[in-house]
Amino acid sequence: MLMEPRLIEAQSTAPPARPVYEIQRLSKTYARNNLTALTDVNLTLRKGEFVSVIGSSGCGKSTLLKIMAGLLPPSSGRVVLEGKPVMGTRPDIGMMFQHATLLPWKTTVENIVLPIEIREGRAAAKAAKGRALDLLRLVGLGDFGNVYPSELSGGMAQRAAICRMLIADPAVLLLDEPFSALDELTRDFMNMELQRICLEREATAFLVTHSLAEAVILSDRILVMKPRPGRVVEEVKIDLPRPRTLDMINTPRFGEIVAYIRDLLGREAFV
Amino acid sequence: MTDAPSTAGQDTIWVERDALIDRIPRWLAMTILFVVVVAIWDLVTRMGWVSPIILPSPKETLDDLIFVGRNLITGDYMLTALWTTTITVLYGFLIAAAIGFSLGVLVGETKFGERAVMPYLVAIDTMPKIAFAPLFIAWLGFDISSKVALAAFIATFAIVVATAAGLYAASENERMLFKSMGASRWQTLIQLKMPTGLPYIFTGLKIASVGVMAGAITGEFLGGGKGFGALIRQSASQMNTPRVFALILYLSLLGLALYFTIAWIQRRFIFWNKSERPGAIG
Repeated sequence: MLMEPRLIEAQSTAPPARPVYEIQRLSKTYARNNLTALTDVNLTLRKGEFVSVIGSSGCGKSTLLKIMAGLLPPSSGRVVLEGKPVMGTRPDIGMMFQHATLLPWKTTVENIVLPIEIREGRAAAKAAKGRALDLLRLVGLGDFGNVYPSELSGGMAQRAAICRMLIADPAVLLLDEPFSALDELTRDFMNMELQRICLEREATAFLVTHSLAEAVILSDRILVMKPRPGRVVEEVKIDLPRPRTLDMINTPRFGEIVAYIRDLLGREAFV
Repeated sequence: MTDAPSTAGQDTIWVERDALIDRIPRWLAMTILFVVVVAIWDLVTRMGWVSPIILPSPKETLDDLIFVGRNLITGDYMLTALWTTTITVLYGFLIAAAIGFSLGVLVGETKFGERAVMPYLVAIDTMPKIAFAPLFIAWLGFDISSKVALAAFIATFAIVVATAAGLYAASENERMLFKSMGASRWQTLIQLKMPTGLPYIFTGLKIASVGVMAGAITGEFLGGGKGFGALIRQSASQMNTPRVFALILYLSLLGLALYFTIAWIQRRFIFWNKSERPGAIG
């Protein structure tokens, strides 16, 4: 793998894909303590793109994700998914959290069709069970459809959570530190699984993470954010070829990119 | 000759042992404690250290246990009394469960309930509730209804608090999940908060089952009637202490039956709470 130490310039040759998620001049101020959580965030997610946001706690990345999920209203700016403004939660937004949050009284399959059950009722959920089993096979849990979550390991539970996120075939995947509660080996493995699933489905994904290595290995672009006020200071394109492998972590190129972003975040990010 | 250690090649097996007192199985431990307590009890009465009116001997108590047991089995007046108390306890429990659960949902689910209802509930809960017994008797008379009311009144608060706490138990992540799925308040309550809160609610029901017994018997002490409480008071006023002991023991069986019925339903209902999550495999 020979690559020049270019970092910022784009190296795309194909025409850019259709924009899926567009954010313009987004700001968020909490009226209660007059805190500016986000200021002037601009972002376009294109079809099939994987974008991460990284920054220290308090940089507003969780606020950004919540606004993108329709869980929180913005103070100003435009937030548009598939041409329609995001004004509340929507079925075409898939979400994943730090914990799998599977309901322990439902089987794996019943957990996966929960979004359908909530939005369209029991009959629709029942009809979606076949699709849920297909998804379970996609993540390698084909035999675990009828077990309860207590019988799943942490990694397996997160894979089931991936299925639950995908069941409604969302236009965008919002990932809130999805594997940060897993041990490191499982986490590496899950990241590669996530890449495979995203490539296979041409998914458009947005990841919030604390881990530099995770962001670099998964992303096409990384937004580097800084706090007080929360803002995007730079957008770094990751020119490692796809599909990515864990071996790439040991390449000099990977090291350069990580070093560059760490430098951007600066010392202040960690105090 | 080599100077290899003489133990070369031998496995170093050793066994970790608990102390003797930690190795006694439950059945034996319970038997030992029982025998010790009865032996001391027997000694105390046999030596005449305590008057038999205050503390009857184990033998007298056993005789009365057999007498009362025979009376219960043959369906004599004691069975009628026990049945009256059972009905009182069951009605009291069901009313407490219905009111307690409803108020618990109001307090746990709505801000109004939390802000307006909860402070009054706490205020009433801190009062000695048994002191309300004369009021219930004045309002409802000397028949079973005043006892049911007192029993329900004493037991309700535990269920309110447990239900409200149970509804708060769902994690921030789970609430966010339901919000992101567009779940309505009702859906979130029924599909997330209620099932998550069930273990709490059952704990409240168990506490209530104890309270309901106390309430029913207190009501029967103070308001007369035909229940077991009246029998106990009657025997006590006749200085028939062994009879009081025997009646209390049979009464406790009623409390135990109620408690374990609830525990059994809990195990059937909350199958997912039985075992802890196994360690991560990968």
